[in-house]
Amino acid sequence: MRFLKAVTRSGKATAGAILLAVFVVLALFPGLFAKDSPTAEAYDRNLGASAQHLFGTTGLGQDTFAQAVYGTRQVMEIAFGAGLASTIIAAAIGVAAAYLGGFWDGALNLFTDVVLVIPLFPLLIVIAAYVHNSGTLVLIAVLTFTGWSYTARQLRSQALSLRNRDFLAAAKVRGERAAYVIVVEILPTMSSLLVAAFLTNALYDVLFASSLQFIGLGDPNALSWGTMLYWAQNNEALQAGYYLQAIVPGACIGLLGAAFALLNYAFDEIGNPALRRVRRRRARIRPLGRLSRA
Amino acid sequence: MRFVLRRAGFFLLTLWAAVTLNFFLPRMMPGNPAVAMVAKFRGRISGQELTALETIFGVNSGQSLPAQYVHYLGDIARGNFGTSLFFFPSSVSSVVRTAIFWTLGLVGVTTILAFILGTGVGIIAAWRRGGLVDSIAPPVLVITSAIPYFWVGMMFILIFGLKLQWLPWSGGFNLTDTPSWSGSYIVDVLEHAILPATALLITTVGTWTLTMRNNMVTTLAEDYVRMARAKGLRSSRIMFDYAARNAILPNLTGFAMSLGFVVSGAILIEYVFNYPGVGYMLLQAVENEDYPLMQALFLLITVAVLVAILLADIATAIFDPRTRSAR
Repeated sequence: MRFLKAVTRSGKATAGAILLAVFVVLALFPGLFAKDSPTAEAYDRNLGASAQHLFGTTGLGQDTFAQAVYGTRQVMEIAFGAGLASTIIAAAIGVAAAYLGGFWDGALNLFTDVVLVIPLFPLLIVIAAYVHNSGTLVLIAVLTFTGWSYTARQLRSQALSLRNRDFLAAAKVRGERAAYVIVVEILPTMSSLLVAAFLTNALYDVLFASSLQFIGLGDPNALSWGTMLYWAQNNEALQAGYYLQAIVPGACIGLLGAAFALLNYAFDEIGNPALRRVRRRRARIRPLGRLSRA
Repeated sequence: MRFVLRRAGFFLLTLWAAVTLNFFLPRMMPGNPAVAMVAKFRGRISGQELTALETIFGVNSGQSLPAQYVHYLGDIARGNFGTSLFFFPSSVSSVVRTAIFWTLGLVGVTTILAFILGTGVGIIAAWRRGGLVDSIAPPVLVITSAIPYFWVGMMFILIFGLKLQWLPWSGGFNLTDTPSWSGSYIVDVLEHAILPATALLITTVGTWTLTMRNNMVTTLAEDYVRMARAKGLRSSRIMFDYAARNAILPNLTGFAMSLGFVVSGAILIEYVFNYPGVGYMLLQAVENEDYPLMQALFLLITVAVLVAILLADIATAIFDPRTRSAR
């Protein structure tokens, strides 16, 4: 409920939510929106935009619009899969470090810091180079493995501020296990931070996955926006004047990324009330407002 | 001093972690990819170099894993990365040396510009909360930060390179020019740098602005800022010496985070613009399965990032007295 209110209160967040909903529907039911098969090389090559082909055709004579619509699914799988997985790992490591304290805090924190400063994208490139033609699952695994550290650090400092609260002491006195306290007592208090972290992770997973696919480290036969850009680049689409082949998938990535980023606004504001918009007018005082409605 | 020493220790630890990753990654992968690579180059390179390669990647060396590891650490410490397969017979170190020059120029200058510009806009946006800059900059920057770096580069090529034909968009200089310190060559190099530098600037400036704005908003609510106002100090004094000076500290520490984006942006921008720097070279190495070159470049990029973070840490120690007394 709190989340819904935060999203509807900010115009930016509402725009983000609507945009994301559109992409979710596209990913679930691509067939409803695109009548052409995305893989069939059924048309003339490199056609421009027309009523028949809204975004033209590719260098192999596939319908670009259909490819963009069907390509949504893999991007969403990566965004949600890797985004969720890295947030969960981050929560486990960050909160465990803060809650256990002492040696474990030192060790986990050092580990997090080391992973945090090793440059992520070059590492992704190196791993993907060894794997060859990474499919969806490999991409999710690699992005998860490399992408949890920043969130873990954030969640650790949040959990540290909770460590000496009474409700945790009460749980300890009841004799609950550490795992129970972390999952049932601590994590729910950080839900807005967790959602914000997931949105940020999902955004970067989309960007990094598309980048890897663009430079040819994804599966070249996969249907996704990054792969479409890879083929556009191979086809020298810009130099040859087939602009739509490059513009459409890039714009899709940008829009999905913007959806996550805009939605994040609302959750940043829940987590840090100082960022909320300054109210110009004081709310009028209605002495009986509450009571009369009750 | 203690703080800086601790950070230096962390620097060494991370460096060791990166070298270890380099060592174990190819060995952990299903069907050690290095084996295929060595097989591919057998017969094409001399016996001695093949043996050197085999020891680096642990193929047919007959050594145990720990022994290979010690050997590998020794090689890296001596700067011996083997022979580049793609640029055969040049050694990896000599190939890397030419690429560094280009990247340092492009990325170094752009990073400093992005930091100054981004932090400046962030300060103004927070200072005039709800003003023109504050209502335009954050949403625009949120959206630009969601656009893939390489796509911004492609659109730049399309608009300024191909359509308007204002600037060259491929390579670091005209291939007809001979590199020298002549005026025409320098102008040529600068012209080639403008488009990639601007594309990189646009995609990286956002993180600086947004974090600076949010830090600044938090510091502006502090009591010492109210105190400064009550004393009747000039606004510029409050803005820079009281609020911004304190708000910039987390931004310096966040340098580690942002630098990662700059590096990934630079790799893709160099690739799109065929800019002959480290990132372009890295992707060339990947494309041609030149693993020795790839490993060396990964290590080089990591070291560069770590050095920059260490410098940011030292700057933090100078600006923030609290770090000096910290445990």
